[in-house]
Amino acid sequence: MSKDKIIKVLVCKPGLDGHDRGAKVLARALRDAGMEVIYTGIHQTPDDIVNTVIQEDPDAVMLSILSGSHNALCPIIMQKLKDQGIDDVLVAVGGIIPDEDKPFLEEQGLKGFYGPGTNLSTIVEFVKNNLKR
Amino acid sequence: MDYSDLTKSLIKGNTRAAARLITIVENDIEAAEVIINSIYQHTGKAYILGVTGSPGSGKSTFISTLTKSYIDLGKKVGIICVDPTSPLTGGALLGDRIRMKQYFSLDNVFIRSMANRGQLGGLARATEDVIKILDVYGCDIIIVETVGVGQSEVDIFKSAQSVVVLVVPGLGDEIQAIKAGIMEITDIFVVNKMDLPGADKKVADIMQMLEFKKSYKYESEGVGDKFMKIDKWTPEITKVNSKTGENFDNLLKLINKHKTFLQDSGVISNYMKNRIKNETIQILKHKLTKKAEELIHSNNKIEEFIEKAIKKSLDPYSLAGEILKLFFEK
Amino acid sequence: MAEFDKIKEDMEEWQNSYPTKKERRKSFKNLSDIEIKRLYTPNDVKELNYELDLGFPGQYPFTRGAYPNMYRGRLWTMRQFAGFGTAEQTNNRYKFLIEHGQTGLSVAFSLHTIYGIEATDQKALGEIGKEGVAIDTLKDMETLFDGIDLSKISTSMTINAPASILLAMYIVTAEKQGHSPEQLRGTIQNDILKEYIAQKSWIYPPEPSMRLIVDTIEYCTNHVPQWYTISISGYHIREAGSTAVQELAFTLADGFAYVEAAIERGLDVDAFAPRLSFFFNSHNNFFEEVCKYRAARRIWAKHMKNKYGAKKPESLRLRFHTQTAGVSLTAQEPENNMVRVTLQGLAAVLGGTQSLHTNSFDEALCLPTENAVKIALRTQQIIAHESGVTDTVDPLAGSYYVEWLTNKMEEEAENYFQQIDELGGVIPAIKANFFQKEIANASYKYQQEIENRERTIVAVNQYQQKEPCTVPLLKIDEEVAKEQVNTLIKIKQERDNDKIQENLLKLKEAAKGTENLMPYIMDAIRAYASIGEIINTLKEVFGTYFEDSIF
Repeated sequence: MSKDKIIKVLVCKPGLDGHDRGAKVLARALRDAGMEVIYTGIHQTPDDIVNTVIQEDPDAVMLSILSGSHNALCPIIMQKLKDQGIDDVLVAVGGIIPDEDKPFLEEQGLKGFYGPGTNLSTIVEFVKNNLKR
Repeated sequence: MDYSDLTKSLIKGNTRAAARLITIVENDIEAAEVIINSIYQHTGKAYILGVTGSPGSGKSTFISTLTKSYIDLGKKVGIICVDPTSPLTGGALLGDRIRMKQYFSLDNVFIRSMANRGQLGGLARATEDVIKILDVYGCDIIIVETVGVGQSEVDIFKSAQSVVVLVVPGLGDEIQAIKAGIMEITDIFVVNKMDLPGADKKVADIMQMLEFKKSYKYESEGVGDKFMKIDKWTPEITKVNSKTGENFDNLLKLINKHKTFLQDSGVISNYMKNRIKNETIQILKHKLTKKAEELIHSNNKIEEFIEKAIKKSLDPYSLAGEILKLFFEK
Repeated sequence: MAEFDKIKEDMEEWQNSYPTKKERRKSFKNLSDIEIKRLYTPNDVKELNYELDLGFPGQYPFTRGAYPNMYRGRLWTMRQFAGFGTAEQTNNRYKFLIEHGQTGLSVAFSLHTIYGIEATDQKALGEIGKEGVAIDTLKDMETLFDGIDLSKISTSMTINAPASILLAMYIVTAEKQGHSPEQLRGTIQNDILKEYIAQKSWIYPPEPSMRLIVDTIEYCTNHVPQWYTISISGYHIREAGSTAVQELAFTLADGFAYVEAAIERGLDVDAFAPRLSFFFNSHNNFFEEVCKYRAARRIWAKHMKNKYGAKKPESLRLRFHTQTAGVSLTAQEPENNMVRVTLQGLAAVLGGTQSLHTNSFDEALCLPTENAVKIALRTQQIIAHESGVTDTVDPLAGSYYVEWLTNKMEEEAENYFQQIDELGGVIPAIKANFFQKEIANASYKYQQEIENRERTIVAVNQYQQKEPCTVPLLKIDEEVAKEQVNTLIKIKQERDNDKIQENLLKLKEAAKGTENLMPYIMDAIRAYASIGEIINTLKEVFGTYFEDSIF
C-alpha cells in the first residue's frame, strides 16, 4: 500500500462499563495526530467490535476497559478476530489493567497496555510504531 | 500489486474483501485504477441514494430507520458515512456508525465511515470507487450520507440517483441553506421528527419555496458546471418520525416513484452520461495535478522560473504558462 | 467607599512594584479555567452582604453550612463505598468496616445489576461482581444485609435506572428483618439525568425514567419518610471530565429538573424537597472545591425559595455527600494518592460535607484491597479528630479569595442555567448533546494541559520515576460469576413462577397507565422476580434509550 496511507483506528468500549472519558480523549488525540478515528461508543459486544473491524478495516483497535472485565472480554474478541482470519490488526487495551494480567493478555495477541495517567503522545507513538501492516 | 484474489472474492460477495478493497482505493489511486478496471463491468445494479441534512436533523437515526425498512424488504444495504477531515491535522473523527447499529448484522448491512480528506463538496475523493465496490459486493441500495448541508454539498447528486434532504421543525437557518443551493438538487424533502410542533409549518414553508421552482438535474459541460432544468419532476415532501418509523412506508413509495420517473422519462441516461463525465473530470484533475506537482518538484528549469518570480521578473500566470509548456513537451 | 478606593490605589501601586514576569507562570488558572489573581483584597468582595449572601450556618442562604453547629455537633458520616463479588463477600466487607468505626453503608453494585441484566445473560460476561456486588433477586439482598440491623444503620445505594427496584428490595429485606419502612434511613442515587449526561448507565428513554423517579419520590414521601429519594450527583459529571463549574451547574440544573417534575406530579415542594440530597466530587484544586460546595448551598437555597416557592428551611438546605476524585488518582507511584485523597477529603470537610467517601490509593490499579480501604477510612478519622478543622464552623469564610471565588462560581453557574433554559431545559439539552459536548471539550483541554505541562501532576508529568511500583492487588475471580449464575438458576427453580408471571403482567399493565409503580414492583420482588425480569417487563412498555451523541 502507498506510503501516504492514513492510519485508521477503532476506539471502542467493550462490556457494560460507561467510563468513556479516556476513550474519548484518546480518540481526539489520535485524530489530532492525523489519524482517522472511529469511536464506536460504549456497550460494545465482542460481535459488535469484530463486525466493525471487518467492515471498517482499521489498522489498529484500541479497547478501553475500566471495569475489570478485560480478562473475560479480550480473549473472546481476539478469538473472534482469529476466526475471521484477521491477524494484521494491532489490538491494544487501556484502562485499569493490573500488571499481573498482562502476560495472559499478551498471549492472546494483545499488545500495548495503557493505564490512567499515560501520556497521550505515548499512545500515539505506540500506534504509529506497532502497526502490523 | 495483484488484487485479483480480492476482486474475485468481492464479486462473490465476501465482506472482508470489500472492506480491504475500500481501504486500498481510499489510499492509493493507482491501485484504485487497477481494481475498478477489473470490477467495473459488474457495477450498475445498486440504487444510490444521497442523504444530507444539517447537524441536528437526525440524519443517523433517519438512515438507521430507512435501512431497517429496506432490510425488512429483503434488501442488502450499503451505507457510506462521510465526515470532515481536520484541515489542520489531516485527522478525522468518524462517529456516525455509533448510532446505526441497532438492527444490523454483517449479512444485510455494510457500513463504512470515510473522511473527506479535504475534498470540497462533502464527498470523499474515493466515494465513487467505494460506491462501485459496494455495488459489486451486492448491495441493492447504497446510502451516501454527507456532512451537513451547504452549498458545497451539491456534489452528492453527481453520484446519487435520488437525493433526500432532511429538515426538522424549527431550525430556521436551514431554509436559507435550501435557498442557497440545496433546493436544486433535492428530489425528496423529508421533514424528520414529525412529532415535534411545527412539522406541518415546515412542510408548508418548503412547499411555498417550491412553488416557483422545479428540480434541476446536474449537467456538466467541459470544465464548468451548469444546471440543467428538468420540468417534469417536482420535489416531493413528506414527514416522518425516525424514532418510531412512522410514515417510512410513504417515503419508500416516494423514492420508488422517483426511480420510476428517472427510467420512464429517460432522464436516467442523461444522468448516467453526466455522472461518467464528472467522474472522468475528477480523475483527470487528480492525475494532472499530481503530474504537475511531480514536475514542479523535479524540473530544474522550473526552479529558475521560480527564482525569476521571486525577483518579480516573472508573474505566477506566466510561470504557470511556462510549466504548461514543459508539461506538454514531455 | 473611600476606604475601598484607598485599597485599590495602594493595590495598584503594590502590583506595579512587583511585575508579573517574575512569577512562575504567565497566568494562574484553576481547573474551571477561572483566572486567579495574585492577591485578593476587600475590593474583590465589596458587594458582599453578610446577612444576605452568607448568613449564619443552618440559616438561609446556608452558604456557611447546612447545620448550626456542624461538626461540633456530629461529625460527617464516614461512608466508604464498597461492594464486590457475591453478596456474601460484600456482607463480610461491611461487617469489617462497621467494626472499624464506619458509620454508614454505601453499596456499589455489579454492572450487570446496574443495567438490569440477568447474570445468565451473555452481556453480563466478565462484569459480574467486578465493580460492585452482584444482585439479581431478593435472595441476594437478604444475604447482603445478613446480620446487619437495617433499623440501626443508614445505607446509601448507588443505583440509578433500576433504583426503584433496589429500593423495593431493601424495604422488603427490612420487612423480613421485622422493621417497618418508616424506620429505614438511607439514600438511593436514583439520578438518571446525570446518566444521560455523563455516566451512561441508562436503560429507558428520559421521560419514563423521570416518571419512575417521581414514583419513588412520591412513594417515599408517603411511606419511607426518612429516606433520601435522590442523590443528585455531580460526581460522575466530574469524573467524565467536566470542570468544577460545570459539575456545580449541571448538577444543580438536574436538581431543579427533578423538583419541577415532582411539582408537576402535584406534590407539594415542601413535602419532598427536604429528602433530596446531593453528591459532589472533590478534586485537586483545594479552594475551588471548597467554594464549589459553598456556592452550591447558596444557589440551591435561593432558587428553591425564589423560583419554586419552598418555605421550610429543610427544603432550602442543600446537604451533600462527597467522594474524592477517582479520576485524579494515578497509577504511577500510587502511594502518592493517599496525600491527594487527604487534601481532597479536607476540602470536602471545609466545604461542609454531610458524608464522605475517601478513595483508596490503589484504585487506579484495581478494586481496593482491605488495607487500602482501611487507610482511606483512617484518613477521614485523622481529619476529623487530629487536624482541628472541625472545631469551628466554616473556618475559611471571610477570606477575600474564598468569598470572591464562591461568588464567581455562582455567577458562572447562573450563566450555564441560562444556556440550559435557552435550550428548553435539561432533557432537551441532553438530546441536543449540550452537556456531553461541554464535558468532552473540557476533559480534552485538561488532558492537553497536562501533556503540555501547563499543569503538573506529580510523578506523572514531572518528577517521574522509572521503577515500577508494586502494591498488592485485589482480584475478583471468575468463580463469582459462576456462583451468581447458579444462585439465580436455583431461585428460578424454587419460586412460584406462575405468581411471577401474574405480578409482571400487572406491572406491565400499570406501566401503560400513570399509576405509581412502586407497589407493583414490591409485589414482584416479594415473589423473587429478578431485576432483569422487572426491567425487561418495563422495557416492553417504555422502550430503550440510544445515545445520539458522540463528542
